[in-house]
This record gives sequence, structure tokens and C-alpha cells, in this order.
Amino acid sequence: MELIKINIDNRTVEVEKGTTIFHAAKKLGIDIPTLCYMNLGDLNIEHKPGGCRVCVVEVEGRRNLAPACATECYDGMVVHSHSMRVLNARKTVLELILSDHPFDCLICAKSGTCDLQNMAIKMGVRSIPFQGEKSTYKPDFSPAIIREMDKCIMCRRCETMCNDFQTVGVLSGIHRGFESVVAPAFERDLDHSECTYCGQCVAVCPTGALTEVDHTTQLIRDLADPAKKVVVQTAPAVRAALGEAFGMEPGTLVTGKMVAALRRLGFDYVFDTDFAADLTIMEEGTELLDRLTRFLDGDKEVKLPMLTSCCPGWVNFFEYHFPDMRDIPSTARSPQQMFGAIAKTYFADQIETKRDEMVVVSVMPCVAKKYECTREEFKVDDNPDVDYSISTRELAMLIKRSNMDFASLPDEEFDMPMGESTGAAVIFGTTGGVIEAAVRTAYELHTGKTLEKIDFEQLRGIKGTRSASVDFDGVEIKIGIAHGLGQARKLLDDIKAGKSQYHAIEIMACPGGCVGGGGQPLHHGNPEIIKARQKAIYQEDAGKPIRKSHENPSIIKLYDEFLGKPMSEKAHHLLHTHYFDKKRKDVLLD
Amino acid sequence: MNAQDLQDEVQVVTTGCFGFCEKGPIVKVIPDNTFYVSVEPGDAGEIIAEHAIKGRRVDRLLYVDPTNKQQIADSRGMGFYKKQIRIALRNCGLIDPENIDEYLAADGYEAMGRVFAEMSPEEAIQEMIDSGLRGRGGGGFPAGIKWQIASKVEADQKYVVCNADEGDPGAFMDRSILEGDPHSVLEAMVINGYCIGATKGLIYIRAEYPLAINRLKIAIGQARDYGLLGKDILGSGFDFDVEIRYGAGAFVCGEETALIHSMEGERGEPTFKPPFPAQSGYLGKPTNVNNVETFANVPVIFNKGAKWFAGIGTEKSKGTKVFALAGKINNVGLIEVPMGITLREVIFEIGGGIKDGKKFKAVQTGGPSGGCLTEKHLDTPIDFDNLLSAGSMMGSGGMIVMDEDDCMVAVAKFYLDFTVEESCGKCSPCRIGNKRLYELLDNITKGQADKEDLENMRNLCGVIRDSSLCGLGQTSPNPVLSTMDNFMDEYIAHVEEDRCPSGVCKDLIRYEIIPENCVGCTACARNCPVNCIAGERKQLHVIDQSLCIKCNACFEKCKFNAVAII
Amino acid sequence: MADLKKMKGELQSKIALREKSDKPEGRVQVKVAMATCGIASGAKEVMEYMVDEMDKRNIDAIVTQTGCMGYCYAEPTIEVNLPGHEPLVFGYVDIKKADEIIEKYIRNQELVEGIIPMNYQTIEKNK
Repeated sequence: MELIKINIDNRTVEVEKGTTIFHAAKKLGIDIPTLCYMNLGDLNIEHKPGGCRVCVVEVEGRRNLAPACATECYDGMVVHSHSMRVLNARKTVLELILSDHPFDCLICAKSGTCDLQNMAIKMGVRSIPFQGEKSTYKPDFSPAIIREMDKCIMCRRCETMCNDFQTVGVLSGIHRGFESVVAPAFERDLDHSECTYCGQCVAVCPTGALTEVDHTTQLIRDLADPAKKVVVQTAPAVRAALGEAFGMEPGTLVTGKMVAALRRLGFDYVFDTDFAADLTIMEEGTELLDRLTRFLDGDKEVKLPMLTSCCPGWVNFFEYHFPDMRDIPSTARSPQQMFGAIAKTYFADQIETKRDEMVVVSVMPCVAKKYECTREEFKVDDNPDVDYSISTRELAMLIKRSNMDFASLPDEEFDMPMGESTGAAVIFGTTGGVIEAAVRTAYELHTGKTLEKIDFEQLRGIKGTRSASVDFDGVEIKIGIAHGLGQARKLLDDIKAGKSQYHAIEIMACPGGCVGGGGQPLHHGNPEIIKARQKAIYQEDAGKPIRKSHENPSIIKLYDEFLGKPMSEKAHHLLHTHYFDKKRKDVLLD
Repeated sequence: MNAQDLQDEVQVVTTGCFGFCEKGPIVKVIPDNTFYVSVEPGDAGEIIAEHAIKGRRVDRLLYVDPTNKQQIADSRGMGFYKKQIRIALRNCGLIDPENIDEYLAADGYEAMGRVFAEMSPEEAIQEMIDSGLRGRGGGGFPAGIKWQIASKVEADQKYVVCNADEGDPGAFMDRSILEGDPHSVLEAMVINGYCIGATKGLIYIRAEYPLAINRLKIAIGQARDYGLLGKDILGSGFDFDVEIRYGAGAFVCGEETALIHSMEGERGEPTFKPPFPAQSGYLGKPTNVNNVETFANVPVIFNKGAKWFAGIGTEKSKGTKVFALAGKINNVGLIEVPMGITLREVIFEIGGGIKDGKKFKAVQTGGPSGGCLTEKHLDTPIDFDNLLSAGSMMGSGGMIVMDEDDCMVAVAKFYLDFTVEESCGKCSPCRIGNKRLYELLDNITKGQADKEDLENMRNLCGVIRDSSLCGLGQTSPNPVLSTMDNFMDEYIAHVEEDRCPSGVCKDLIRYEIIPENCVGCTACARNCPVNCIAGERKQLHVIDQSLCIKCNACFEKCKFNAVAII
Repeated sequence: MADLKKMKGELQSKIALREKSDKPEGRVQVKVAMATCGIASGAKEVMEYMVDEMDKRNIDAIVTQTGCMGYCYAEPTIEVNLPGHEPLVFGYVDIKKADEIIEKYIRNQELVEGIIPMNYQTIEKNK
């Protein structure tokens, strides 16, 4: 690799040819501000549209200012990152952006975590010399995501996530000039688009233009209602990220403090989605074994590979984009929905509470879960199994609102029985985790032997698509893993073309799996944060006394007392689902 | 003539303007083409007596060439007629564009044949470089160098793209070429393909040009039938074919990266260069993009030689440029002049001067992103670099002439309105900055701005120019900056005196009746659409300012100059 | 290349025959500027009229279309090429004018108003 020398602010740095000024400056500890640039490192997404123009710098010999994020260095280049000319342009551009932005920072959902707000603080903007027309758009409320495009600064990060990373293709720039805005085709609502609600657009939005639907007010109301039994479940990835909202290092595990906080918020029962994850493994693992056994016995009808179905963004994706393949994914419901179904039947009976007197709330790293629990097939007499879902960010806000000092809370334990879980359930929170959990159980059930080594390192990692094989006592099981819907699309195209070699594939919509979910504390495009959370998840797994789902005593009891056995008729009724062909369903019909 | 009883032998006809107003009145005697200048009534007798009857020229009335002081009798020998040279427009108006035979008879496809037979791609590119031809779409990048860059990139597929997304308001030379001489563009594209190793050509043309599209389709069909497009052209072993792609007419799609994205089906917005299209263009393949007029010059370069071409024009701008002459000028039209001609020659000689004998105020060149040039620039030779240093640009060749009745603030606002509409919206300075700039100008024309706003505006112009992503934003403040530089007094009048010196800005003017001139004819009152003029017949009329909508009707109807714009 | 040259030669003589015939009974050629600008100002009507009238009035003429001549201020424009005469461009041609041009100029070589002087150089063609 050819090395070149460049001079930035009177200091010289040696960089590889092809490096941009932005990265060269970083090497010197010079942090050039930007509002649109985004680099997801290992996930191979670098978004540098050169659109915000906040990162402009002066390059000697160049007629105009250069965007640092998109301009490659050349040998002998001389750059000034904070000359008068640069600072004036940068501030003027920021003032322009602010002149077309609502000034409702005090009541904005992103206040405090807003890149634009931080930039205004950094630049010391005290007045806006430009007054004029402001962009106004009708807010778009979908079941999971709210779009308030008045706050959009056209960084187009959401577009890159939606189109390049997820290949969902819902969001794109429309109109021209001052009227330009990012929107679904024909300016439809998200609800009438093919949006999967993966929430990655929300996760990267620098302002309050894209936020999740807020259920905290309703939750506070329900908690205060003495007539209601409020049950909470928390997804595995939440405990690995919640601490960040309270200034803790990424990757800090806060399981015990989270339980304590939930109890203090007033939940009647603090349970764990991990319990339902173990249940998912029992159902999904059994289904996989069933399909595998039939396949190995020569049954030509059986559909392989089997795809996981716990990710609601992914379910939406194949319903819209691959509806003809909807018989391939496992019919097992997601852990959130299995939890709701069991809570409102088995557990409701135990505490002698009627279905409509119970409120099941989930805390999820996800915004698609908000949509998932509104699906009609997950309702009984119009009463949903899970009433609503709040994100990790919403939980953090609730804790702050309730005057708790999160860091000094004691570590507490989940309630029984639906708070008991295994290490296998914890790793649902990261890419590769669901399939590893399934393999741990399927192996033992299939071979009748005990696993000597529980950790399947070959299934772990952060690469977008991974493949591994697991030896099932002489039978080689081929496993594929994808996170990010763009990666999933590749595997699906292979299956469609008959080229897939896999027996089972795990798919997660978000980068890194649920740890990088759209409902997590914002990672501001820093992939290291996602990796730290992933590490925390494996750490929690390693520390669990039981690490295989089928060994969870509460799960064993649940089957004994209530369900019978995996894939029994009752289990089918409560724990399995079916999928729909949504291709252009409501896209063209309204 | 009648007095001399010559009416049956000599016919006197009035004719159009000869475009030579400086030396008018002019009399031309046919058939010998004798051209008399500055003819006064007294001279007419002499012309009849001498020329018509005796067949002798009246030498003292002949045009004297200012350079060599020789009298020139035959108009075709006069310098004025050399002011236009048609290279790109050589066949426009002469051949039938729907008949390839006529193009072939006019040396058509000869350049292509010559390149195939006599030149290697490298030699042909060198010829292009030697010709000094610079891109006529606005940027002025040397075409030969562009070809060379594209030729040197290795790729399995390359493309030649003809940019026919003519978007400057008032410019239509590309349309005229495609409508009048489509084969010249096709021929040039084949040569371009041969030079850079591309086998596919794409013409990106706006769908609003149906006639040009139709003629292009006919031309492509005919060229294929004649074996001038397609496989193994003229037995050279070289394959090349052309397809048409339609644009929806976004101005920004004239920017080559935006154009390429539009052809790919993406949103028509520019991306940062590098990579240049020559490295990674259409579908990621090396692509050479030239505009219609640039291509139309190419066959001539190979037919007449680079040296011949380079002999025309100035040191750094070779050849000719087509301008669309418009505005307050007598001969509105399409002209092709050698680089280096002065604005004065274009406006006052070729253009026939300002309409209705008004006073020249400014000329706006380079389309909406160009600047306004004034009296002091009239003798500047027109080329790429001179226009830039004068605060304007060549652009695609729009030239709009303004007279004393035009308000320069309103003019700047007019152009900015266009840029605001046509900005793609990708980068903040252009998307929001131009909008704010427009709003500031609007405030000025309404008398709602102060001097501080002018400073603010100048800074904003600088930032937009300095930090926008593409050429559109980088040049959009030009009309504002150049009018501020040259007509600051008008801006000051607007902001400090709430006065529009040209009487254009509606919010700053009022109509009043001058008592001395008013005869009480009632014409103004009868034509006032809001009945705000009161007055009896033969009495002084008065305008009620609170009701007046400033429609100008009273001003137009008054025959006694009794309505004044104040 | 040789084929191209040969073809060009043939075509040139064919067109020359049409355009520059010295025979007094040679054909009249009329070119109508039919670019968008011309058509918008009524060139199509003029073209149709010309074709019809030449036929009706028994004038041996070829009426062809061509591109924009550049005289936007005087559209529609036509060029009339009488055998033995220099080509003349007429501006502001409507039906009435066209009639006048046919009757006076084409039939009797009488000049009529509206002539636009040619004000540009052409590049010399390769022979």
C-alpha cells in the first residue's frame, strides 16, 4: 500500500493512498465535524454523500472548500481545518440548516442525543441570521416508527440503511431543491409502504426526524391502575445496552439493576423474555430436528433449509419481498409473542387473573416489536397477547423520570416462574445466538449425548454472512447466519435459485443482531459499541449455571403442567403462527 | 426610380435588418451585391443616377474596412459577415435532417471514415487535444483530455454519453443541432467510441424535445441501415451503437454525475468527484460525457484538421461558440461566433442593437448560473476564461440582453428563483442557502431589507459558492454577486430609499397623475380594473393609492404622458 | 472508406443536380426551417401550403424541410433557391407571404419584402 504525506493544520501525517481528509485528520486527533457521514466499519457501510457540507476544509491550491469526508488525500496536500474561511462557511451552513429546523428542542424526543443540537452547541450558535420559510410536513405515525420530516436535515443516512444495508428500498429522496425530503414512494405513509420496521433508520437518524412510537405515557397510566396486573418481559439485548443510557461503558451488563428498576417502577411481575427464548428453542429446535430427520430419511417434500423466525423485521421482510417462500421459515412465534401467549394463559391461570385485567409489556431493543404485538393473529378476542412494547431507550427515560439513580440500584433477581432462563436464551441477543442455542438443544436431543463443549465459536462473529458446520455425531449440519436484511436477501436468492447448501439459517434484521437493534441507545454509527454489547451477551451466557434451553426447570415444568410436549396441539395453538403474502398488498390498494 | 421611369426594371423592396446598425441606413443593390452604408436621402439620387442607370458604383458610399482602410463593394467581402462562422451549426438550415443522403453529401461520416482508415485511437485523441476544443456544455474542460482519460482506464465495457439535457432557460442550441443535423452528433459519438474503446453510446435527452427525439430516431435508423452504426462499421471491425435515454427535464441532470444517476434510474443528483465518470460512470464503467454542441464540432475537426480548428478563436478557447441571443435585442436568435469576439460585436452588430432604441444596461451570459456583464465589459473578447474573470461564465451559451428598464435586483431574483426550483436538494448550502438568498432578494424588492441584509447576503453568496457540492450551487450566486458588484447603487436605492430606480419592483413604485399633462380624457379611469381613478371629463384625474394594484393599465393607456411611475 | 467516398460523390452530384442546375427550366428548391421554434411559429402550415401550391400552380419545385436557421426573431423562415440565383432567406413567412413569394419571386423573380441577409460564413466543404 502506497503511503503519502499530508499536512493538516501545520502537522504532518502519513496515510495510505485513498484515505480521506476526514480519516487523516482523525489520525492526528483532529475531529472534523459532520452531520451526514457515517461509517459502520465491519458492516461495510460507509455513507459519505458529501451533503451536509459541515465537514468542509480548506485545501491549498483548491478553488473551493473540500468536503473532508469525501475528499481523498494526495501526497503533499496542505489542509486547514479551522481557518477563518472554513469556520465561517461551517457556521453559515449550520445556521442555514437550523433556519429550516423547528426550534422545539425542549420537547423533542431526541433532545440530548441529537447530533444537530450537539453541533449547534459546539459551534456556539446564538442566533440565526436567516429567517424564511420552513419545511412543513404532515407527521407520519406508523405502528412502530414516527416520521417528523420537519426535522430532517437530508443527511440521507436512513436511505443508506434502508436501501444499501437492508435492501428494503422504502426510503429515498424525493422532490427537488428546498422541497427535497426523504420519504416512501409517492410520499405514502410508512404504514402503506413495504417498511419492515427494522428501525435502522431510527438508529442512525441524527435528529428527531425518525423516532419510535412512544408507549411510556400509557405504561405509566397502566402501572398506576390498581385494577391491572402489569407484567413485564425484558429481551436479552436490553441488559447489554441499557447502562449506556446512564453513562456506563458500552458492554456493561446491568441485568440485576434493570430488574430492580422495573420492580421500583411498579410492575407486578418482572419476568424475562429469555424464559420464552428457551421455549422458542424447544419448539423451533424440535421443528428443525423433525424436518432434518425427515430430510435425512429421504423425504423430498420437506422444506430445507429452515429459517429462524424470532426477528419481526425479518418476518416483515420475507412477507413483503419473498412471500412465495413463506413456508420455509420456522412456524415458531418469536419469544416476545410466546411469552405473551403463555403469560395470558398459563400464568394468568396461576395468579387467577382474567386476560383483560392483565397487561403484558415488553422491553425490547427493537422497534419492529411494537408492530409485531399489534398483529391480528396474536390477539384473542381483540385482546393482544402482548399489549405493547417499549424500547431500551424508553425504559431508560422512564427510569430517569422516576428519579432513580440507576448506578446505585442493587442487583435483583427476576420473578418466578417466567423469569428463569438459561445461557442459551441470553445469546438470542446477538447474531448467531439463536442458532447456537438451537444447536445446543438439537444436538443433545438428536444424539442423546451430552455436549462436551457448549461454546460453538464457529457460529460467532460480526461478519454479515457466516457459514459453519456442526457435527451431529457423524451427520454434518450446515448452518448459515446473516444479519442485516441485505445479507439475508443474498441467502434467500441462493435458496430461490436452488443453490443453498444449508440445513438451517439464522437471520436477524439488525447489524450484530438485537444488540444493534433499532430501539437500543444510539450507537451513532460506531460499530465498536455493537461489538462490546455482543461481548457482554456471551459473558452473561458463560456465567449462567444452566446453558441449554431444554434443561430450564421452569420450561420442563411448563410442558409437564400445561403444554404436553413440543409441537403438541396446544403448543401449536399458542406458540406457532403462519405468514402472509404482503407483496404490494396495501401498497397499491389504497 | 419611378421618376426615372425605371419601375419596370428596378424594384425597390424593404428588407429585414442587415444586422449592421452602426452604419445604417443601408442600401444593397442586387444582383451585384453592392452594399452602400450610411445612405442619406440626398445620396439616393446619386445611387439611382450612377449605379442603376449607368452601372457605376458610388465609391464614397461603400463600406470601409476599418483595419485596412479599403473600400469594399461586395457585401460578402465585408468583415461583418465574417463575424459568424458556422461550424457546429454548419448544416442547420441547409440540409434535410431526416435524410441521411444530404448529410453524406455534405461531407457526412467522412471524418469517421478517415479516423478509421488513417488514425489509431491515440492519434485521433491527439488530434482532438491539438484542436483545443473545450466542452461546450458549460465547464469548458478540454474534450481531448477527457477522451484521453477515459481511453486509459481499463474496462470490459465503456460508454459514450451525449448530454442533450439542455436546461438553461433560453438556450436551445443543442435542440437546434439535434433537430437540424442529428447525424453530426452520431458521427462524433462513433469517433469518440473508437478513441476510448467504447461500443455503446447513449444520448440523454429531455423528453420535452419530441422533435429532436424523433429526428434522432430517424437518424439512428438510417445510420444503421447504411452500416454507419452497428457491427463492423465500414469494415473497420469496430462495433458501435447508440441508444436514446429520456430525461424528465431537471436542470441539475446536465451535471454529468447527476445525468448518469438519472440514466441508471436513480434520483438525478450529483455525487462528489472523483471518481470522475471517465473512471467510474454509467453502471460503474468508464464513461465519456460530452454535450451536443461539443460533439457537433468533432467531425469538422477531423475533416479540416486540428490546426485549422485551432486557428479560430483565442489562445485558450478555440473554435466557435453558439449563443442563444435573447432579451431586449432586435435580432433574437441563434448565432455562432468565433471565440474572442466582443460582446459589443455580438449585441450591436449581429444582434442589431437594443430594442426600441433603449439604452443597453447589462448582458447576462451563462444561463441562470452566469453573471451580469455591463458596459465596461462590452469590449472584452468572449472566451471561457475572460467570462469567468469578469464574474460570469460561458455556460451553455445563453445570452440575455437587458436595457435601462430592467431592475437588476429583480433580474438577480429571477435567476435565483430558477436555481431554487432546480436545485437537487442534496447539499445544505444549495438547498437552503439559495432559498434564503432568494428570500433576502425578495425582501429587498419589497423594501423590507436593510443594509445589514446586503452584507449578510454577500457572505451567504460566498459560502454557497465555496461549499456547495456541484457546479449548480457553486455558481448559483453569480447573478447576485455580479449585480451587487456592478449595480450596487440599485441595491442601495432599494434598501435605503425604498425606491426601485427602474420602476420594476411593484412594492416600491406608485402611479401618479401629473396635473400639467392630464387633459381629463378619462382613458385611465375607464381602463382601471379596480376603479381607483377618479375624475370628471376634462378634469384632473387622481389615483387612489390605497386601492391601486399597480397593474400598469393607466400608464399604458395614457396618450399624454400624464401617468408617471414614481 | 472508399465506398463512403463513392457514395458521397454520387449523392453530391445528385443533390447538385437538384440544387445548382443551370438549366433555366431547372427546379426551384424551397427549404422550410422546421425546428421546434419554426414549427411553433407556423412553419408546418407554410410547408404544407408550399407543397400544395407548387403542385396546384404547376411549378416544378422541391420543398424540403431543414433545421433551424437561427433567425428566431423572424420565424417561420424559408430559403428559396431559384435556378441561377443566390439562395434567399425570407422571414416572417405566413400563408399570405408564402403566396406572395410564390407569385412574385418564384414565378417572376421579383423581390418581395422580408429578405433576411445571410450574415455568417460557412466552412468550406471538402470536395
